[in-house]
Order: sequence, then C-alpha cells, then structure tokens
Amino acid sequence: MTDRALAVVRAGALTTVQDLGRPGHAHLGVPRSGALDAPAAALVNRLVGNSPEAAVLETTLNGCAVRTRSTLTVAVGGAPCAVTVDGRPAPWGAALRVPGGALLDIGPARSGVRSYLAVSGGVAVEPVLGSRSTDLLSGLGPAPLADATVLPLGPPPRAHARVDVVPHPAPPTELVLRVTLGPRDDWFTTAAVRTFTTRAYTVSTASNRIGLRTEGPALERAVPGELPSEGMVLGAVQVPPDGRPVVFLADHPTTGGYPVIAVVHAADLPATAQAAPGTPVRFVAVRRRG
Amino acid sequence: MRTLPVGDRALLIEVGTGDEAQALHAELLRRRAAGDLAVAEIVPAARTVLLDGVDAPSRLAERLASWEVPPVPPRAEDVVEIPVRYDGPDLADVAAHWDMDEAGVVRTHSAAEFRVAFCGFAPGFGYLTGLPRQVPRRATPRTAVPAGSVALAGPYTGVYPRSSPGGWQLIGTTDAVLWDHARVPAALLSPGTRVRFVPVGAP
Repeated sequence: MTDRALAVVRAGALTTVQDLGRPGHAHLGVPRSGALDAPAAALVNRLVGNSPEAAVLETTLNGCAVRTRSTLTVAVGGAPCAVTVDGRPAPWGAALRVPGGALLDIGPARSGVRSYLAVSGGVAVEPVLGSRSTDLLSGLGPAPLADATVLPLGPPPRAHARVDVVPHPAPPTELVLRVTLGPRDDWFTTAAVRTFTTRAYTVSTASNRIGLRTEGPALERAVPGELPSEGMVLGAVQVPPDGRPVVFLADHPTTGGYPVIAVVHAADLPATAQAAPGTPVRFVAVRRRG
Repeated sequence: MRTLPVGDRALLIEVGTGDEAQALHAELLRRRAAGDLAVAEIVPAARTVLLDGVDAPSRLAERLASWEVPPVPPRAEDVVEIPVRYDGPDLADVAAHWDMDEAGVVRTHSAAEFRVAFCGFAPGFGYLTGLPRQVPRRATPRTAVPAGSVALAGPYTGVYPRSSPGGWQLIGTTDAVLWDHARVPAALLSPGTRVRFVPVGAP
C-alpha cells in the first residue's frame, strides 16, 4: 500500500471529508454539500500549498487523530484547538511538517465547533459527481471517518505555500445573521415577522450539517396548510410546524414544503458552522441588493 | 406567473399549475442552452421553478415578465420503461380508494404515460405526474421502505431509489436502478423524462 495515506486512530464524534461540494445537481435532488466553514477550509489548504478544491477533514467538537505514513505538511484551522504531534504541542493555524509514522492529534474545540485539517496533496478518496464531500442528508461521498479508516492522499503540490500563518476569525459569541425577507414571509403574521427579526434565539443542540436549528419564540403562521414542495437555497430560513426557524446549511434538501421566511446572506453563513449549541442568534432584516 | 426574490442571488417563479411549471422549466432549459440565461441551478418543483445563482435577479425578473412560454414540447428521446412486479403491500388499499380491484390498479398504473415533474427527497427520486386518479399518503409513514418500491401519493407516482422512511402507498417493486453515481447519467429519471411502467410476472 502506498505511503501517501493517513490512518485514522481516533475518528472523533463526527469527522467527514469535505471540499467545495457538488453544486449543479439540485434538480436531481442532490444537495450541494461541501465544507460548512468554507473560508476556514480554504485557509488551511493555502497553508499547505493545496489548491482550493483539495479535500480536507472537518471535525465536530472533539477533533480526531490520524497517523501519517510519510512526512507531510499539514495545517489545522477553523475552531481553535490543541494540536499535538506524538504528544508534543504543535501550532494551530500554521503549516506544520509531520514526520512519517507520527500521531497527529486535533484536540477538542476550545471554542467554535468544526476544526479543519488540510494535508499536502489533499484527501484523495474517490469523487462522486465531481466532489469528495460527505453528504449526510443523502449519503453521497465517503462515509464519516471510523477508527482504522485509511484515507488515500493526492500527490503533494509542486508549489510551496507562500504563507506561514493566516488570520482566522474567532468563533462567534453571538451569531448575527443578516437576512432578506421572503420568499414566503407573507405566510406568517406581521407579529411573527417582527418577532423573527427582533427577538433573540439560541442555537439548538439538534443543529447539524443540514441545518442550524434554533430555540426561541415560535413564529405564527398567517396561512395554514401545506406549501407545495419548492426549490430551496443555501441559507434559506425554513419554519417547520414547531415555529422555530431552521437555517439551511450545505447538506440541505433541494426541495421542501415548509415556508421560507427569509434567506441569510451568504457572507454570514460560515459563522454558523462555528456556533456551538446555546450561542445567541439574532436575525437582522436588511434590504435586498440584487 | 409571479416572481419572488429569494435572497440576493435567486428567483422563485411561481405558476398556477404543475403543467405550467413543467412548460416553464422546459423553456428555461432551452434558453440556458441557447446562452440566453446565466444561472447555476434550475430547480423545478410542484408549482414553481427556482433559479439559483443569478447575478441580477431583479433584472432577470423584468425580462421573464415578457417571455412567451410555449406548452411542454414533446421530447425527442424515448420513453423510459420501468419493469414492475405489482406486488406492493398497499395494492389492496389503493384498489379500495379507487373503487376497483387490484388488477384495475395495475391496468390504470401501467396504461398511463408519466413525466418527471421534478426530483427531490433523495438523489434520483422523481415525482412523476400523469396519474389519472389521486390517492392519499398513508396515515402512518413506514420507517423503512425498500429500494425499488413503486409508490403513489397525491397526484404523483415514484420509485424509491434506496431504502428510506416513507409515507407513500406501495404498489409494486422494480429491479431498475434509479440512481448509480458511477453511471453517466447517475439518475435514470430527471425532470422532463417520460416514463411508462411495464408489468412483469404475475402479481
């Protein structure tokens, strides 16, 4: 077996392979998927000299550990955490040379939720519809990591990284999400729309890669009944029958039948990947730009 | 036709009927192929078509208002035939809803020509229209519906591409592979595909 590989020693709570996802297949019912904190994934790829489409590992809350088989350049970013190589402290948010046979441990997130590990050459599992991302809604792409999984790596990039350290935004202590109302805000009472854009919500423990679920005041409908299924966008704020807004993230279903009260600005979505359960959330209505 | 902005980069076009949605979808595909429409995703659904990844949605909405949308054009390609063993556990219930015997359900389902109105729920799951009668969903959804189940709900028929929970009425089984990501195309059915169900074996 090639030594361009990583052996998973501790898979962690939920660690998946992620890249830029597989947009363009929504009409077939295929979610876009891809790294939830895309800027963090792009930064760690830059640190190791990978191209932006290289696949990285996305951990959830408690990190993961892998054993190298050859000397590799790696970088850990996203949620801040302790990084060790064979038990010795190593830098977070910076490129790092790890010798073959070493144990690289990505510790639990000190704040935030998802850490990202980039390895020179990228994780080279078989792509599905042009992407190596694990899609937890439809099961496309590789299964989440399990202990003893062996992950093949791509050939190391020719170019050396031109950066040593890159600035990372800190995980949010409060999530402020700019939204434009619609397309179905008229399915809610005026009071509910005001509640949505003025009251405080918190991130629910039921949040995942499909959606950021919230707890807080229920939003009352003005129009009863079901909406015929319609196409859904990334960042759509769907309101299921319990009245609590759900922000659709990368693995969201491509169509849905619950009304979408608003859509979160794309620039505000990466922060949702790092908002731990209990984080306060405010939805701030802004005027449409397009 | 009504256009609703969705965030800053998408438009939801709402029409009155499923047929209008299919006609609009066909016209949007035609215009995109002709280089007249720049959009990342065109997602048809029951009464809408979503245009996602649009640079100037309000300008596009103005242009759309002046478009003539012809009725659904006949597709040049062949009808996809899906072999079915009509052995589903809900065949008797559907027969009761339609006030006919089980053989009548088989005749009704296999005589109709269907068209994939839209996909969703799972990769490769198509919502097929063309059913002459409707049937309600099951009161209690099943926790696991086997892959290849041929099913009915509301005005739609469909085939489960993989095992999943589901509330549709199961009338049969097919060995056709609805979704295989190693195949090109991965999906047997995509929006606009014409479909016929062909009975095989004795129910």
